[in-house]
Amino acid sequence: MFFDEEFETLPRPALEALQLKRLQNVLERVNANVPFYRTSFAKAGFSPSDLKCLDDLQGLPFTTKQDMRDSYPYDLFAAPMEDIVRIHASSGTTGKPTVVGYTRKDISTWTDLMARSFVAAGAHKGDIIHNAYGYGLFTGGLGAHYGAERLGASVIPISGGNTKRQIMIMQDFGSTVLTCTPSYSLFMAEEAKAEGVDFKGLKLRVGIFGAEPWSEAMRDEIEQKLNLSAIDIYGLSEIMGPGVAIECIEAKKGLHIWEDHFIPEIIDPVTGQRLPEGELGELVITTITKQGIPLIRYRTRDITSLTYEPCICGRTHARIARMSGRSDDMLIIRGVNVFPSQIEAILVGIEGIEPHYMLIIDRQGTLDTLTVQVEVSEQLFSDEIKVLQALSRRVEKEIKDMLGVTCTAKLVEPKTIQRSEGKAKRVTDNRKL
Amino acid sequence: MKVEQISIFIENKSGRLAEITRILGDAGINIRALSLADTTDFGILRLIVNDGNLAKTVLKEKGFTVNMTEVVAVEVPDTPGGLSSILQVLDRQRINVEYMYAFVERCAGNAVIIFRFDETDKAISVLKSENFNILEGERLYSM
Repeated sequence: MFFDEEFETLPRPALEALQLKRLQNVLERVNANVPFYRTSFAKAGFSPSDLKCLDDLQGLPFTTKQDMRDSYPYDLFAAPMEDIVRIHASSGTTGKPTVVGYTRKDISTWTDLMARSFVAAGAHKGDIIHNAYGYGLFTGGLGAHYGAERLGASVIPISGGNTKRQIMIMQDFGSTVLTCTPSYSLFMAEEAKAEGVDFKGLKLRVGIFGAEPWSEAMRDEIEQKLNLSAIDIYGLSEIMGPGVAIECIEAKKGLHIWEDHFIPEIIDPVTGQRLPEGELGELVITTITKQGIPLIRYRTRDITSLTYEPCICGRTHARIARMSGRSDDMLIIRGVNVFPSQIEAILVGIEGIEPHYMLIIDRQGTLDTLTVQVEVSEQLFSDEIKVLQALSRRVEKEIKDMLGVTCTAKLVEPKTIQRSEGKAKRVTDNRKL
Repeated sequence: MKVEQISIFIENKSGRLAEITRILGDAGINIRALSLADTTDFGILRLIVNDGNLAKTVLKEKGFTVNMTEVVAVEVPDTPGGLSSILQVLDRQRINVEYMYAFVERCAGNAVIIFRFDETDKAISVLKSENFNILEGERLYSM
């Protein structure tokens, strides 16, 4: 089944011709409207009219998350503010988020691609889509919501949290499709079990899971515990939001990236050189139809590989492999992006705390847990338990307030955390994904 | 009128208490009184020793977090109601006890209660006016 059969199955020569035309167009637009690109192209001695074929893209400079931070909030926008109808943001490393803007056409494109993604995952008109992605600045909730409506399905905009109620609604409303993070789906399964609810008695048929890394083993577990077909979806707010790439239910082998809107490349994260098909490296994406904030060669920091092999589903769009890691130190904890440097910045801001810390990530049952170990300095130390406990709670609260992630602060003896000698080990990730 | 107490932060790891007492023993320091407060993650060991400054120095050398706190030692007869008589007075004057611990003197047979108050000076004057016997640090260290 297709949502947009013509474009989803476009023969490669036609698809690549379309990409080239759109790429040339977006390069002209950013060169004319975004000072950042005008400067970076000029520095590279590049003029948009120089690009004659898709391979010429390799010669262009990258765009990084840092460039987005430096352009906070609107400096990378290529459309005037009066044409921007939606603003989303994702967490940033310094407390400042990464901001993206959408024109009316961008929202429409995103909605279409998300509807395409739903169909690829096996959803259709008539489905009752239980959307447990968070609604708000995060793109997950609204992105999936619009796509589901475009599809003609019935959307339940339940957002995250209040798991007991989620289970009751899935039962009573007859939800057939579930969208949430993979870890939250397993948490739901546990809660349902405790409530005496058997997923085999529910109408769920398909689960569309993303926003955090997961594995084939987790897929097996989810499919078995929730009695549905689990599909991997990929997206990031910088590029669009959810629906940049998705597995097809026919093959469940790699995620089709919608190449009529995005050009994917895989590079060596150290040298920046493009890697051949099939090799593992960092995913770089160029958006070729976006108006609000088009990005040229955006470094996603996600590690994957790319294949152009034809797929049994009939789609001609390339597939990226399941994400196998990050090329930077970003952690994804319960779907929330966290950089160790953000936690460090918060700790330094708390009077008397030294920037010696250790992050321990674990998975208890199905939910990620974050423990922040902080050394007790002489300045901090009190002979009263309540003072030390108040300190732990303050660390927990500041991290929750700033980053939106729940953690446990644990005070440890001084000098027991490894000191920074160039690159200190700040993170122990015990999750088995 | 005040007694110096040393407090040591201890992670909940096996052998930490043994390590501290070994360091103190090797330095020839004698422990007069102690209390251990614990939570799930950490503990605080509070000690009164014959030489607080030396104890602090040797423990810090070994990397422990140590601080000194002023506490009050009050002597009461080791008989039923002894502790209660002090607490009644403190309660009437609205003085909070942050924590306390007690031991019994070897020779005199009196009980000694170590108090940490929120308002140490006020507590001392109240207890003195009620004729409780407050022990000098020097006496306690050499007991």
